[in-house]
Amino acid sequence: MAGIDHAPPPFFKRGPAPLALLTFYIAISLALFIVDLRFRSLNLLRQSIALLVDPVQRAAQTPGSLVDYAASYLQGMQALQQESRELKHAQLNTAPDLQRMLQLETENERLRKLLAVKEREKAGGQVAQILYTARDPFSRKVIVDKGQQSGIIAGQPAIDEAGVVGQVTRVFPFSAEITLITDKDQAVPVQIVRSGQRSVVFGLGNGQLELRYMPANADVQVGDILVTSGLDGVYLPGFPVAKVINIERDSAYSFARIFCVPVAGVENFGEIMVLDPRQPLPPAPPESGSRESGAGSDKALLRQKKRATRGN
Amino acid sequence: MQPTFSSSRILLPVRPWFIFFSLIAATLLNFLPTAHWPGMPDWIALVLCFWSVREFRRVGMGWAFILGLLMDVADGSVLGQHCFAYVLLAYISANLSRRLLWFPLLQQALQIMPLLLATQLVQALMRLAVGADFPGWGYFVGPLIATLLWIPATFILLLPQYRPVEQNPDRPI
Repeated sequence: MAGIDHAPPPFFKRGPAPLALLTFYIAISLALFIVDLRFRSLNLLRQSIALLVDPVQRAAQTPGSLVDYAASYLQGMQALQQESRELKHAQLNTAPDLQRMLQLETENERLRKLLAVKEREKAGGQVAQILYTARDPFSRKVIVDKGQQSGIIAGQPAIDEAGVVGQVTRVFPFSAEITLITDKDQAVPVQIVRSGQRSVVFGLGNGQLELRYMPANADVQVGDILVTSGLDGVYLPGFPVAKVINIERDSAYSFARIFCVPVAGVENFGEIMVLDPRQPLPPAPPESGSRESGAGSDKALLRQKKRATRGN
Repeated sequence: MQPTFSSSRILLPVRPWFIFFSLIAATLLNFLPTAHWPGMPDWIALVLCFWSVREFRRVGMGWAFILGLLMDVADGSVLGQHCFAYVLLAYISANLSRRLLWFPLLQQALQIMPLLLATQLVQALMRLAVGADFPGWGYFVGPLIATLLWIPATFILLLPQYRPVEQNPDRPI
């Protein structure tokens, strides 16, 4: 009797059927895809895998950076001297403005105090090195060498010497992912310097940006510079974002199609500055259904865009 | 096992560490900065497809899923995108393996091409469905190049299993 309840020897043990396994893995993959996309609650999983992958990925980038280094080393003395001369020249050119800026800022502060206007926020930040571009061909993102260890948090804007580059969207322990402003549907609230008009500029995914929600007869000209408006609570006001290069006014649509190129070297490698997060904006006044003026709806639109930007 | 079923040459059994090593090497190749060059093949898809055809009992959907997860994080894409494509690739190539290995290498490569293309297409469809931008036709050149690489890849990945053509009669193996 003792031998009866033994299981048969596992001669033909081959695990679950392939189709069952396939269904299982596909279900998990799809679940991951949807959860990651909709709820963005898989950051811990992503961070822990990134901790494993990141050093390998950095090591794999070394040959390329060594080639770059060798190229710049062989570039020679002359080019460096030339660059240094030009930089000195540029510094001298900006010297009058820079030397008076401190005085102007204190004066501005004093005047704002006198007028009882809230003081302008100061821009501070930390310099980060771009390590590599993310391989994903569907989006435009770069990875920088500062992460949670340096106190970077998601949502911080990043600029280079010419203008806004993008926004931190994911933070890993030793690196962070920056979504460039040219990424599809990446939104930056802007203001046209010449006319002071506010709008939101969206990335198109092909290296260009589009200024949306501008009426067909809006006062926009080719060559206009767009700067951040600061209404979003993410970007400080006044940083150059893009330059208008092409306007299509079609009376069939209520909005003009306005194309811009980024001012900053968005697709270049190098160093960028990750700006400190802004102080929270004052709470919005309670919404009332009856009072719905043009400016109010404009702000509501911008608030929606800001939420979209943060979510990205 | 033979290089193809019609060949009379007998191969040594595969060493599991070599499979592991080749998959890691493919991952490293994917991480190189060359990945941004136009028409670069997805090395993991190629090597995974190769081992799923030849050794479907050792390399299967589990490996495909783990490698997919690694690639998703490394790429900064949506989690599950590579997993889905690789698992599908591993399953179909394992199913094909009995038929595929009867053909000479060039015809094998031709049959592999739709698989590799589908791997890329599935990822593109998944992303386009949730509102990403079309990456351009250059995205689908990689699988075509990978198809051409099927022949050298077969040679290199089978290299440790070949036995010398002229065997020493004093030695049994």
